[in-house]
Amino acid sequence: MSDVIIELKGLSKNFGDQQVLKGIDLNIHENEFLTLLGPSGCGKTTTLRIIAGFEEPSAGEVLFDGVDISKVPPYKREVNTVFQKYSLFPFMNVYDNVAFGLKIKKMDKNLIEHKVMKTLKLVGLEGFEKRDVTKLSGGQQQRVAIARALVNEPKILLLDEPLGALDAKLRKEMQVELKKIQQEVGITFIFVTHDQEEALSMSDTVVVMHEGIIQQVGTPEDIYNEPENRFVASFIGESNIIEATMIKDCLVAFDDYEFECVDKGFKNNEAVEVVIRPEDIDIVKPKNAKLRGKVKSIIFKGVHHEIVVGTKHRDYLIHTTDYYEPGLDVGLSFGPDDIHVMYRMDWETGGAE
Amino acid sequence: MRKHRIGQILYIIVCFTFFYLPILVTMIYSFNSSKSLTKFESFSLRWYENLFTSHDIMYAVWVSVSIAFLATIVSTILGTLTSIGLSKNRKILKEIIINVNNVPIMNPDIVTAIGLMILFSSIHMEKGYLTMLLAHIVFCTPYVITSVYPKVRGLDPNLANAAMDLGATPFQALTKVILPMLKEGIYAGVLLAFTMSFDDFVISYFVTGNGVSNISIIVYNMTKRTNPTINALSTIVILVIAITLILVNVIPNVAKRRKEHKSVT
Amino acid sequence: MKHYVKMVWPYVIWAALIIVLPLLLIILYSVTKNGNELVNIQFTLENFKRMTEPVYMAVFIKSFELGILSVVICLILGYLLAYFIAGFQEKVQNLLILLVTIPMWINTLLRTYAWISLLSDNGLINSFLEMIGLQPLNMMYTDFAVLIGLVSDLLPFMVIPIHTSLCKIDQSLIEASMDLGANRFQTFWRVTFKLSIPGVLNGVIMTFLLSISTFVIPKLLGGGQYTLIGNLIENQFISIGDWNFGSAISVILAIIILVSITLMKRIDKDEIEEE
Repeated sequence: MSDVIIELKGLSKNFGDQQVLKGIDLNIHENEFLTLLGPSGCGKTTTLRIIAGFEEPSAGEVLFDGVDISKVPPYKREVNTVFQKYSLFPFMNVYDNVAFGLKIKKMDKNLIEHKVMKTLKLVGLEGFEKRDVTKLSGGQQQRVAIARALVNEPKILLLDEPLGALDAKLRKEMQVELKKIQQEVGITFIFVTHDQEEALSMSDTVVVMHEGIIQQVGTPEDIYNEPENRFVASFIGESNIIEATMIKDCLVAFDDYEFECVDKGFKNNEAVEVVIRPEDIDIVKPKNAKLRGKVKSIIFKGVHHEIVVGTKHRDYLIHTTDYYEPGLDVGLSFGPDDIHVMYRMDWETGGAE
Repeated sequence: MRKHRIGQILYIIVCFTFFYLPILVTMIYSFNSSKSLTKFESFSLRWYENLFTSHDIMYAVWVSVSIAFLATIVSTILGTLTSIGLSKNRKILKEIIINVNNVPIMNPDIVTAIGLMILFSSIHMEKGYLTMLLAHIVFCTPYVITSVYPKVRGLDPNLANAAMDLGATPFQALTKVILPMLKEGIYAGVLLAFTMSFDDFVISYFVTGNGVSNISIIVYNMTKRTNPTINALSTIVILVIAITLILVNVIPNVAKRRKEHKSVT
Repeated sequence: MKHYVKMVWPYVIWAALIIVLPLLLIILYSVTKNGNELVNIQFTLENFKRMTEPVYMAVFIKSFELGILSVVICLILGYLLAYFIAGFQEKVQNLLILLVTIPMWINTLLRTYAWISLLSDNGLINSFLEMIGLQPLNMMYTDFAVLIGLVSDLLPFMVIPIHTSLCKIDQSLIEASMDLGANRFQTFWRVTFKLSIPGVLNGVIMTFLLSISTFVIPKLLGGGQYTLIGNLIENQFISIGDWNFGSAISVILAIIILVSITLMKRIDKDEIEEE
């Protein structure tokens, strides 16, 4: 991967006696599309605001190209922000909003015009210069906000849940668009969201946060397929999470049976948790499987059916394209690489052990 | 339904007559050639001549206008900065300031007036133009704050951040983004402060001295006898205020309509 | 916005020196005697005791009577006016409200002065009465004149808040009430009036505050002998020079107003909680 542009070192933040960040360490690279993902109150927005310079960390450092900038005011940083509710200047038209940063820098008028027009074209708002920003649709305001930030040619663009206010269809479109813009301008995007689907579909790197702590950093595939703990597994999509014991490398026991798996490096007989994604479980004839149960319910979801199978120890959630009659006796089958073993989480502190 | 309406309209006319008849009479008799308040003899500008040649009255007009002007400038700046600073302040401080700010509004003018009178004499400040100006700033600033502060509270708290994010210093963010956003509230505050100051009698009356009088004080001292010169002065003051108010109410509407018209075409 | 938090400090210092300190001085004066020298302060309650003398009690009672009477008259006239205005379409409403507002901005003194030419013995009203063959009335320097002056001065302060709260009423509530079988009068009483109470209370507070503390109107229309609380205070400070007694009266006046406002606000709150 390319060079590190931002390095967060032991970042902590308290608001009063509430600690919202508890020691964040993170490297962000050039040209990376990095997403901070987590439920509300997990500290993702605070992290972003610290990088932007709106908040000062209570402890720790923000290194930008190796220099600590945690005390540098926002107007001296080479980062720009797209705000959650856009925060456009309502008394200015589209052109003046986008030109704001350049005018502050006292740039030549012709150059400003050239840059503004180029950026408006990039975000697909050609011909909107004279429009009143308050009369634009949510999606268009969103684009103005992106253009207003990008026109300053920042090294990093920060996006604080920018798609949150849009409806589902527009959201999908903007996801594609944002990714395209990022590839076109070739700078680092740091994106904050609580929507796991959004995070998985856009990012190069996903950082899952919970209660002020980073839970896992990885590619969307890693995060989805190899969640490191119960929180990540349950936050990223639906899954079956089962308490288990690691007998030895590549052998895990749960629900009275031992199963082969591919995970290594745990202590023998360590208490762990196992996650199996609903689409990784196959429904087979009872005699062909260790786990047996009855179909409890089946709901049609469009592409697949969502089936709940009740077994002796728990209910399993399964996604399949086939139809099974409720009440039917079935067996559940999964291969060694469908089983993901995770460290068991200490819920008291909210962190991974 | 129709009959109903006619009764209502009549009532409204009676009420408005009650408001405007005295004012109208004052205006008409300011053009009377005789001193009488009942017989209109002939049209003359005699009382206006009197007015403009009276050194005392012209001085009072100057005092009223200049104090209103200065008090408005100072209280608008003070009130606006305070309102902006207030919004993110600690809750206790915020409540104390808002409550103290309400004191000059809710307290009877006469109590505010004697309080200032005692204060100025306690610190041996000579009563006159300066004491009057200070007193006017005291009662004008709260009105500016009450009209600006709600606008500050309605602001998107990220607007200042957005400006700074784009490279504006806090001062630039203030002048280029926050103040323009508060424009309406500030204009309302200016209008309130100016007219409050210009109209004030009670407080000015108690805190002035050394022959410094504003229009109200001059009128108060001249009403011992009926004096058509006051009618002339009243007429001018009333016209100036009425025209200002009408312009203030009409111009924004016209401007708005013109803008809408433009954006449609 | 937190960059601007420090901008409140000039006003905090200013307010402490020139809003709070004068109030403390008034209180200090009210409980001391012989003027203002801090070197030999003598505490006393005599100033307050003196107010119970019949001469002064009469002034207080008169001020209250006149104040309450003018508030009641303003309430009746003002509510009707506000209610009728609220019935028009928005453009007409705005114009009418502007017309109600204009007198508020014109100097009380000038408007009160204007009444003199109408009410005086050889004024316009009397010459009109004479013209139609009626006895001229003696109006100047009577309670009637003072009341006219007060009501014309205060009426806009009643109309504006009531109109504002009437405009805020959701039209669908009135339709709902009619739909549920309430007639016009019941709807007015149980819905419209109830919802306009905050405006009424605001108007009552404003007009009471202004009427109880006035001294210009009684002086101009009631004559030199006409004394209300405001005139009493003025006399102590301007002609008699007994600042201690004057301060004591002011303290009482401020307390009366503070108590009335608190009571009114409480009614307002109870009303809302009851809903």
